[in-house]
Amino acid sequence: MSAGTDLKVDASLFDPTAPLTASGNLRRRDGVDRLIRYGATVAAAIGVAMLVLVIYAVVSKGASVISLGFFVHNPVGLVGGGIAPFLVGTLEVVAIAAVIAVPVGVLTGLYLTEFAGPSSRTGNALKLGLDLMQGLPTIVVGLFVYGLIVVGLQGGKQSGIAASVALAIVILPLMARSAQEVLLLVPGTLREASDALGVSRWRSVLTVILPAATGGIVTGAILAIARAAGETAPILLTDSVFSSNSVSLNPFHGIATIPLYILTIADQAIPEAFAHAWGAAFVLLVMILFANVLARVILARSRAKMGGS
Amino acid sequence: MVTGPRRTVVRSASGAGQLGDRVLFGLCAAAGLLVAFVLVEIIYQLISNSSTSISRFGLGFLVHQSWNVHLTEFGAAALIYGTLVSSLMALAIAGPLGISIAIYLSMLASPRVRSVVGPLVEMLAAVPSIIYGFWGLIVLVPFIHNIEPGLHSVLGWIPLFGPPQTTGLSLFTGALVLTFMILPIIASLSRDLFLTVPGELKEGAAALGSTQWEVIRGVVLPSTISGVTAAMVLALGRALGEAIALSFIVGDVTKINVNLFAPGATLAERIANQFLGVSTNLQLASLWYLGLVLLVIGLLTSLTARLIARRFDVERSMAKAVMA
Repeated sequence: MSAGTDLKVDASLFDPTAPLTASGNLRRRDGVDRLIRYGATVAAAIGVAMLVLVIYAVVSKGASVISLGFFVHNPVGLVGGGIAPFLVGTLEVVAIAAVIAVPVGVLTGLYLTEFAGPSSRTGNALKLGLDLMQGLPTIVVGLFVYGLIVVGLQGGKQSGIAASVALAIVILPLMARSAQEVLLLVPGTLREASDALGVSRWRSVLTVILPAATGGIVTGAILAIARAAGETAPILLTDSVFSSNSVSLNPFHGIATIPLYILTIADQAIPEAFAHAWGAAFVLLVMILFANVLARVILARSRAKMGGS
Repeated sequence: MVTGPRRTVVRSASGAGQLGDRVLFGLCAAAGLLVAFVLVEIIYQLISNSSTSISRFGLGFLVHQSWNVHLTEFGAAALIYGTLVSSLMALAIAGPLGISIAIYLSMLASPRVRSVVGPLVEMLAAVPSIIYGFWGLIVLVPFIHNIEPGLHSVLGWIPLFGPPQTTGLSLFTGALVLTFMILPIIASLSRDLFLTVPGELKEGAAALGSTQWEVIRGVVLPSTISGVTAAMVLALGRALGEAIALSFIVGDVTKINVNLFAPGATLAERIANQFLGVSTNLQLASLWYLGLVLLVIGLLTSLTARLIARRFDVERSMAKAVMA
């Protein structure tokens, strides 16, 4: 009833022929909304700009020293020559780490999905363990491997293999969690079909489940390995004594790596060598970003394949 | 897929199958045990190697400020202060910025823009810490040194923005580099969370006349707040443990200084800077002790993030149950 009287009062103030425009409260709400949307857009632009800032610095300062010789020559002191020993060393240390961590990671993922049920106690404990492992500061991983291998097994001598073990500890939790997530995505109907044919568990894992998850597992492996390739703290404590004059492949001796090369130049603050450090940073960054893009492409492809079939 | 006649195998009757199953289970279980072994061994190594320092300083190590090799005095208070200040400042910048980016990516951007900008922001996480450290030292430190006087004259009434120092090496510069490193963690995790909010809820709020911001504030943020908090805790954990990037940038000076522009030191960065050049056994054990403190911090942040996220899972599954 009162609504009717209100309307009458309003009608005297209200011009029905006026164009409809927001006023008062609505205009304020609109303004706040617009402000937030602009703010969020600016934030995204800032995020992209941050990446551009770093990449621009590395490219503009590092690209000038890149030549074929930079990849194949040994360094001359710290300020000349190429980075061949560091490049080969990084590839070797990371490859050994991957050989250790990827199979263990996939097996851990298999344990979580194929043997431990969703509410199994051991499964949950293992997941907790992987989370804790992933949350470890990498310098602590370096300390651990220093104590266990450098002091414990090699009498205080640093080596490439110690660095590989440290990087493997960085890779393992990433690999295990990504393998687990991919294996969970394998359709249950595939497992049931395999079971219905009387195939034993290990054969269906090897011939049905793992092949179906290959794309995702490879993606996870590439991302985890790329992450480890740039880690410096674990290598600093386990593999920082090396001869950088030539390529050395024996992992039981010190192996020179790109991160340690950059670190040495930055530590000693040799301005003449900065161009070389930027060049090394450029090579490392290109390898890692390329691996990331590759991983995304493989993931998109395997998703398309899964969706298409 | 299967062609031709096939032998029917009853699982329990197949000896080879059983053996294979056992081998596979054994391998998988061994992999799981290896994870447990590594964790236990890490804790053991850190405690046993720092025992000299633990028995000498006890828990007083955590509140003692000086770190002097010649006076054989070691304390972590100044390092803990530097760690907390630089990480919290990074979180204070990266938190709002990352959530804003997540809002943009999940609700405002067109799918095409999203598929480009999202990966670009995530790439920030792929850049190695050594490159952030080197970039910070060569590019950011001189830049910060140039803008410090300006910041001091505008914000100098806040004690945090004190008089500039002779170099740009400071906790402030370190915090900025940490911001680069943790921003992608917060942005991408929050974006994934925002994308899980059911469309019906958002559309319902919009149908009631909410503006987009009111939908975000009233529906999206409240229903994902614990997940976003967990993401921030994870990012904080990452920042607290960063060693290499900060070892070039913060100056490695053991002093509690309210002025952010003054050089400082953090736990992880101190280990990276001094571990290979130790002069006494007590110093070595004290560095291990710092590692033990870092380990405890790392375990606590992981556990906290997990607890918060689990609550979130429970809430989310309840919401799903209610909706169904």
